[in-house]
Amino acid sequence: MNTKFLEKEFDYLKPATLNGALEILAEKPNVKVFAGGTDLIVKCKTGAPVDMDYMLDINAIDELKAIASGDDGRLELFTNAKLSTIEKDERVIKDYPALAAAIRAMASVSVRNMASIGGNFCNASPVADAVGPVMCYKGVLRLLSKRGEREVAAEDFFLAPGVSVLEKDELFHAISLPAPAANTGSAFIKLGRVKSDIAKISITVVIERDDERIADCRIAMGSIAAKPLLVADIGQSLAGKAVTQKLIDATASEISAFIKPIDDNRTTAEYRTDVAKVIAQDAIAAAWKASGGKL
Amino acid sequence: MSMHEITIKVNGKPRRLAVKSNELLLNVLRDKLFMTGAKYGCGIAECGACTILKDGKSVMSCLVPAVAADGWDITTPEGLADGGTLSHVQQAFIDHAAIQCGFCTPGMVVASTALLNENPDPDEEYVRDYLRGNYCRCTGYVAMVSAVLDAAQRMKAE
Repeated sequence: MNTKFLEKEFDYLKPATLNGALEILAEKPNVKVFAGGTDLIVKCKTGAPVDMDYMLDINAIDELKAIASGDDGRLELFTNAKLSTIEKDERVIKDYPALAAAIRAMASVSVRNMASIGGNFCNASPVADAVGPVMCYKGVLRLLSKRGEREVAAEDFFLAPGVSVLEKDELFHAISLPAPAANTGSAFIKLGRVKSDIAKISITVVIERDDERIADCRIAMGSIAAKPLLVADIGQSLAGKAVTQKLIDATASEISAFIKPIDDNRTTAEYRTDVAKVIAQDAIAAAWKASGGKL
Repeated sequence: MSMHEITIKVNGKPRRLAVKSNELLLNVLRDKLFMTGAKYGCGIAECGACTILKDGKSVMSCLVPAVAADGWDITTPEGLADGGTLSHVQQAFIDHAAIQCGFCTPGMVVASTALLNENPDPDEEYVRDYLRGNYCRCTGYVAMVSAVLDAAQRMKAE
């Protein structure tokens, strides 16, 4: 492994418009989108298999860097919005605090100045930190191609490590986040060895509170399966229930029993299974309190 | 493989270059412009030795294809001093002896400059959090953190 040079050979294309980018994706073989490069270039340097005859730089397309207000109070994070821009955005901090927290827990400032939110999805790592919050906030992903546009729920985007439903001619265009309901609280917890590490395990919990009961609960986890996972059934089973420590403990045990982690260079399956219960307890309690609920 | 003509503003001066699509900005700075301040450390944006400023914000030049930097306005470690006068961050690093082997120092000083661009009044926790992308295996960071905090005071006093 020689990380000093980029040995891979490819042509470089930098279209000025979104349509230009879609045309390149439709017409050329083996195109890789370059946004921040913090995954793509690392993969090229470290010898990971990357089919790239053309590097498509989307940084001349300003509209893809935007964070914009959409219909019905939605917030649209376009694909090349930089992580450091998103973590400081007032609307993200107020309405989607678990997303801001997840991004702040990622890598270093310099990397977050370069890295894009779309890249964190398209890289399709089972560990991707920004994904869990987007799933829990019911984010919808907009995929664009010359053939048209389609929308995919964030939890349906991932297939396997490094593999998503994104087709070769499609551009990951934007993440659309619905306005959160009143009395929504959320929490994000990630465990690493030191702060900027890739996660050993992460959890996001978003709870919508109806007086003393849970109206809706979404729980997502990272590093516990071959893809980032919305633990949908366990979250949904909490709807209508009054929150007690007993309920939290039982739910956390259920999560720990449900996940299928592996041993890897960051930690062991056994550790992940044990600690999943602890972070689930903490995250559910924190999200409930953030929603205004009492424990 | 395509060749590209690019113009990069380096430390205030526009530089025109022809680069191959797979050449990296760090290597172009070091090997073509002979600016060896930014260092090659890990090559995968983990250590911070190659940190430069783009529009005043820190980025890791080891991951940037030079062709993608066309039109950028960058500052390298060489551009921090004003002629013979060191910047407050540079002088504070010297005064606090925040250096041992020196290999991480250029990246550390550049990242600290970006830090103070962003937050002129940081506390210790902010500094430690911000600089976590720049590895130093000698100093233990204590002197660096106090240097950055002191540089902030010197900038305020100015």
